[in-house]
Amino acid sequence: MTCLPEITPGQKKLGLVIDLDTCVGCQACAVNCKEWNASGHSGPLPDLKPYSAGAEGVWFNRVHSYEAGEGAQGRTVHFPRSCLHCETPDCVTVCPTGASYKRIEDGIVLVDHDICIGCGLCAWACPYGAREMDEDAGVMKKCTLCIDRIYNENIPEAQRQPACVLTCPTSARHFGDLGDPESKVSKLVAERGGQPLMPELGYKPVNSYLPPRNRTSLAAKPDEAAPTPMDIKNPLLRWMDKVLTR
Amino acid sequence: MNPAPSIVFFTTASGAGYGLLFWLGLLRPLGLVQMSPMPALVALVLALALITAGLLSSTLHLGNPKRAWRAFSQWRSSWLSREGVAAVLTYIPALLLGLGLWVGAPALAVIAGLLAAAGAVATVYCTAMIYASLKPIRQWRHPLVVPGYLALSAFSGAVLLAMLAAFSGSGTVPAVLAILSGAAALLLKRAYWRGIDAAPPIATIESATTLGFIGKTRTLEPPHTEQNYLLREMGFRIARKHAAKLRLIAQLGGFALPVLLAVLALLAGGGLATLALTLGAVLTLAGLLVERWLMFAEATHTVTLYYSGT
Repeated sequence: MTCLPEITPGQKKLGLVIDLDTCVGCQACAVNCKEWNASGHSGPLPDLKPYSAGAEGVWFNRVHSYEAGEGAQGRTVHFPRSCLHCETPDCVTVCPTGASYKRIEDGIVLVDHDICIGCGLCAWACPYGAREMDEDAGVMKKCTLCIDRIYNENIPEAQRQPACVLTCPTSARHFGDLGDPESKVSKLVAERGGQPLMPELGYKPVNSYLPPRNRTSLAAKPDEAAPTPMDIKNPLLRWMDKVLTR
Repeated sequence: MNPAPSIVFFTTASGAGYGLLFWLGLLRPLGLVQMSPMPALVALVLALALITAGLLSSTLHLGNPKRAWRAFSQWRSSWLSREGVAAVLTYIPALLLGLGLWVGAPALAVIAGLLAAAGAVATVYCTAMIYASLKPIRQWRHPLVVPGYLALSAFSGAVLLAMLAAFSGSGTVPAVLAILSGAAALLLKRAYWRGIDAAPPIATIESATTLGFIGKTRTLEPPHTEQNYLLREMGFRIARKHAAKLRLIAQLGGFALPVLLAVLALLAGGGLATLALTLGAVLTLAGLLVERWLMFAEATHTVTLYYSGT
């Protein structure tokens, strides 16, 4: 049923918290997502013309890079974009068949590929571009929050997390229950001021993005005379510094 | 937005078909169009042919057309599902209207005609709401989208009815309705275009990325070097370059000329009127195809913010 479930207080809201401060744009999350999901709940994730010009395919995670700010304040920010598992997702309510649904028990937004007619209306209704059509099978595909990992009792408990989270080399991605204010991810969002994407559209995304931290102010000029932190850590250089300044 | 030919044809053809069904069902009971049962039956067949061709064309847009029947189930939340239900339900009074005309049961024809007219309005309203309910596409969220769809459907239906009525010798009322609804549709469409040109974007790259607190944000590197579904479906840009010319073509060919031809038909009467109204109907449908194509091609989706910043 494409009507949204009632939201009750303390409702479980599984989602991701993405740290834009530590993301290095390495694309590992996108690649591991593709690898896991190609054979997972939503598999296959087809590639069109994979071995020739114009290769493209279905991916659930796309990592953009942006420049924000001007001059000394300007910085490069890497920005992974995937389904935000919104609280009020129009991608669900516009679905004419009931293929698109939001789970009552944890808020994950999924597609039933046996019912989907591939009309594409849900992709139009998603402001974030989270849904991509599988043009081989004629059905819509999207991030499942690795539903086939997070509840999978056949893999070690530590690995029961989305593939993108497990693989991130800088731990820029965190998974948890954003409906529980005491959860690790909720505390992280509170502490770092996590932000929703395009809140003005009213979809109430569950995923949250942690803003890049403020720059520590840079000294106007490096001081030639003073040893650098690296030198002080290196015992040989520290000794040389001591001897030569005598 | 990518103007898929199947959808452009669908909304134009079935819009005209429902418009024709609406006027046929409404005007005959009111005695405003003097059509004996046989010409009225021809008009009904044309309306249902346009509607059916359009609906079949819309299934070509589906990835899995054989499952199309499932689309009738979610009418509680989905305008697309409501459209499907309304379209199928409208066939019932439309076919009963045909039966009434065929066997010569005027009372049945009147009641079924009025119900079919109501069904036609409901179906076109649902079609328009599919677009008007999509928040990420500001050009479709515009308050004039629904009135525009209804007016264009009424206009193209009136033009078709005027043509058919002229063949049976009494096209005056439909021709007047075609002139009035054509003028109304043209004014609505011009107001709509002014509205979408003046309106600010609904979101910015800064709100899409949360990076506005640092400063102005620009795209640096795209996430992929080749195309993808999102860019093909949502990032369509070709028509915007020619938007001004295409708008003019739609206004002149699709609205102004057919209205003038209908005026000419009223003044001239006879065989010339039939010719003018037939030419007007062809021009209207061609102009509406251009208008509907633009409706898609000019629409922008917020996902392009992530790719191009605008």
